[in-house]
Amino acid sequence: MTYTAGIDIGSTYVKAVIADESGRVIGRALVKTGFRLAEAADRALALAIESSGIQSAELAYVATTGFGRFLYPARDLNATDLTAAAAGVRYLFPETQTILDVGGQTMKATRLTERGEVKSFRLNDKCAAGTGAFLEKTARYLGFTTEEIGPLAATSKEPVPISGVCAVFAESEVINHLSQGSSPADIMHGSIVSLVDRSVQLMKRVQMEPEFTLIGGILRFDTMARVIREKLGTEVNVPPREEVQYVAALGAALLAHRRMRKLALEASQLEQARA
Amino acid sequence: MAYAAGVDVGSTQTKAIVLNERRQIVGRALIDTGANVVHAAENAYVRALQDGNIREEEVEFVVGTGYGRYKVTFGDTQITEISCHARGGVHLFPETQTVVDMGGQDTKAIRVSPAGEILDFCMNDKCAAGTGRFLGAAANALGIGLSELGPTALRAEKPVKISTTCTVFAESEVVAWLGKGKKVEDILLGVHQSIVSRSLGLMRRVGIEPQVTFTGGVARNQAVVEVLQKELGFAVNVSEESHYMGAIGAGLFAMDHILASRVPVEAPRPEVVR
Repeated sequence: MTYTAGIDIGSTYVKAVIADESGRVIGRALVKTGFRLAEAADRALALAIESSGIQSAELAYVATTGFGRFLYPARDLNATDLTAAAAGVRYLFPETQTILDVGGQTMKATRLTERGEVKSFRLNDKCAAGTGAFLEKTARYLGFTTEEIGPLAATSKEPVPISGVCAVFAESEVINHLSQGSSPADIMHGSIVSLVDRSVQLMKRVQMEPEFTLIGGILRFDTMARVIREKLGTEVNVPPREEVQYVAALGAALLAHRRMRKLALEASQLEQARA
Repeated sequence: MAYAAGVDVGSTQTKAIVLNERRQIVGRALIDTGANVVHAAENAYVRALQDGNIREEEVEFVVGTGYGRYKVTFGDTQITEISCHARGGVHLFPETQTVVDMGGQDTKAIRVSPAGEILDFCMNDKCAAGTGRFLGAAANALGIGLSELGPTALRAEKPVKISTTCTVFAESEVVAWLGKGKKVEDILLGVHQSIVSRSLGLMRRVGIEPQVTFTGGVARNQAVVEVLQKELGFAVNVSEESHYMGAIGAGLFAMDHILASRVPVEAPRPEVVR
């Protein structure tokens, strides 16, 4: 049995996954990124190997992804976040055609080809209004923490319309709504609706088609997936909670297996040609 | 003597001005707007009256302006802050052709006629980048007061290039530059250059014609003024009253109304030609 590792070196966390040939995850670990990226990646990998129970010598190939993918010298392969996430998503939900990834500082919409490759993508990383930071800001104006966003929005009955053009302008809007007697839960719900509206705009630009799969840190808030389902009028795939953060790392590990198979094939063709 | 008042309810601060019939400022007040906008408007107005030692009944007309102008419940009418800044700017600097107003949440470029009428204007309506809030975010991230921003930035030698557009992300970028060992003054000058370059974009859309009069709360920041002048290649008008310009404009409109309604009763009526 050969094993591969995928390491997703993100700006906040490093995620590492060990996968067997069938793509099954047998070990995983998550550590804070900090300033020394290669060390953090080493630590995450060592922890993932430990949790998998294999020997480090059994690890055949290491693929990196995420913004720090070039900063890990021991890698055999590196892939962009979009490619790795696409591979991970397709493994979990093989019928996926459109991926929406909403993180703290970015929002990405990716359209896949039949074969699961990235066909087109659009991303927003210039404006906080289209990212998780918008919800964090709104929560802060309301006097709640990021972790309270989910439970708070869950108690809402009717979302308050929030224009959502700018995370800074949202402050005046939130204050106005509060002074008019709207409840914090309804305001929070309204900002999630506004974020979803923006995500639908982004997905339209990549010619979205079902099935949809949603990934990224924003999935901590259940309301988000529910509102997206309502807006799109269709089911949306959401990875199991314990795997949410590891989708790109898993994808990298799968890409490593794919590369190994290709190399093995090429080697055998070369053998045959020689014979 | 009749008095007129202008109350400018901004996103961050509320300003009130009382003018006499000679259009001189006789009372003023500036307070934080806070959450209760109606209260802020009343509060600023009362304080401006106290400042000028004027009784409320002596004020004949009050104009509300700014984003919260409809919350000036005691106002006789409302006029947009664009008209008010144009009016105030041309009143203080009669040669003004372009008014740039930088406030807490918005930046406007206004082309004005010699009579103070608006020819064209442009404002950021979708994004807080390039407004005072961008400076506020940087001050917040660096833990220094707003009034120290300008003087600190002017000590810079090698300004840092700020790459983020969004005010929310700028805060993280400022922290990241600090983490990389950049000097506070160099980061700050970069922040100032960033908002000036954004406001220049707006100004170019309406056309920059000198003289340029710079108004709004950000005009008090000397570093913004200097960077703007350097980019334009000429000096801009900045008044001590720049922060009050919207309220001054509103007060001027209020006084216009008072004086215009004072047509002498005994004046001969124009003859009707049959």
